[in-house]
Amino acid sequence: MQKPHGGKLVKRISGNRDVGGMDIIRVSNDVAKDVENIAHGVFSPLEGFLCRNDFESVLSHKRLASDVPWTIPIVLDEEEKKHGEGDEVLLESENGMQAILEIEDVYNYDKKEAARNIFGTDEEEHPGVKKLYGMGDFLLGGKVTLVRGSESPFEKYLLYPEETRVLFREKGWKDIVAFQTRNPPHIGHEYVQKTALTFVDGIFINPLMGKKKKGDFKDDVILDSYKALLEHYYLKNRAVLAVLQTEMRYAGPREAVFHAIMRKNFGCTHFIVGRDHAGVGNYYGPYDAHEIFDEFPDLGITPLFFRSFFYCKKCGSVVNDKICPHGEEHHINFSGTNIRKLLKEGKRPPESMMRAEVSEIILESGDPFV
Amino acid sequence: MINTDKEDKKYTTVSIPTPLVEKIKERIEGTGFTSVSGYVTYVLREVMANMDEDEEEAFSKEDEEKVKERLRALGYLD
Repeated sequence: MQKPHGGKLVKRISGNRDVGGMDIIRVSNDVAKDVENIAHGVFSPLEGFLCRNDFESVLSHKRLASDVPWTIPIVLDEEEKKHGEGDEVLLESENGMQAILEIEDVYNYDKKEAARNIFGTDEEEHPGVKKLYGMGDFLLGGKVTLVRGSESPFEKYLLYPEETRVLFREKGWKDIVAFQTRNPPHIGHEYVQKTALTFVDGIFINPLMGKKKKGDFKDDVILDSYKALLEHYYLKNRAVLAVLQTEMRYAGPREAVFHAIMRKNFGCTHFIVGRDHAGVGNYYGPYDAHEIFDEFPDLGITPLFFRSFFYCKKCGSVVNDKICPHGEEHHINFSGTNIRKLLKEGKRPPESMMRAEVSEIILESGDPFV
Repeated sequence: MINTDKEDKKYTTVSIPTPLVEKIKERIEGTGFTSVSGYVTYVLREVMANMDEDEEEAFSKEDEEKVKERLRALGYLD
């Protein structure tokens, strides 16, 4: 079985802790999801929010202070310095999450420097940078213990690493490829998934549910469209669909590594990295998210890189630039923009681009976009 | 021999034979590695990652049965 990142699957849950009388910090539903992901081991080896030494190490070296690869800082911000080291506070969110934070460090940080390191830009137009600039001036570091989990609209499809590891073992899978997505599947996605699946025992399709930017597909549309795809076009004993509740950071290459680390914790051995993975606008080169993996010989999960894929009218199938000898005039690209445009107009994309069962789910949803 | 730099404890100096350093310098020419230190760090990280011992699953039979029950209830297991 795949080892968890950092060697140990974190579990920080205690339903019987007395939280009466503790100072309360209200946190957003996105932060609540981070807490739950820490507590359930999705973010292993993190046991809490980053303290300064880890935060600075992640920014500068893409590694925790312990040298374990880690590319996205998981932090809790506060407007004013109200708490100090040694304090225990209760984190509460609107969606019902409760957790105890043992504060080990309170520190300030340079937002512009953080933005440049994480996102490769300090421009406010970048959605990740914009969010960072809106954060409080102080960061609280320390271990968290989940007391009560939040309500999730996706409960039936919400699995944590402890569960997927048992599931994969029960299925007899050893080599498992993970597919990260924030979109309903088109034929190109299916081609990539099935190409990868050919060489392993099973595929873990793990759409990301959480805050996205305007114009992205809604979470329930993504999930329902994948349910339809799996029902009609996948072998039940070769594919698992479960959601991952965390927000998109739009940090491109750094986020690709972060996505791979989370799937390693779920027990996956391989991770599909596409073109402009976790990108936004033109902030990253199309294959920056491939190249960054060269920096991590110790990542412990094998990235599978996919470049371009398209439908070739002459080949009569989905192909990629390594296997199709025909010119561009024969190719139909799986343009997300074109598919979105058709769906916005209430039109069904051609079946060479999207399965009819998937288009139907999207069109039936009314307004499929955030 | 290992010397710890007091000003920056994130890095230390490791002594390796000079002929080896010269070979590494030749080896990294024209690659993405800009220094012998960068190359040696890369190789050692790779070696250490492969040497990591398997972690035993910290799972009791009871816990595992609970997980299986949930997986069955959700339709993931028959």
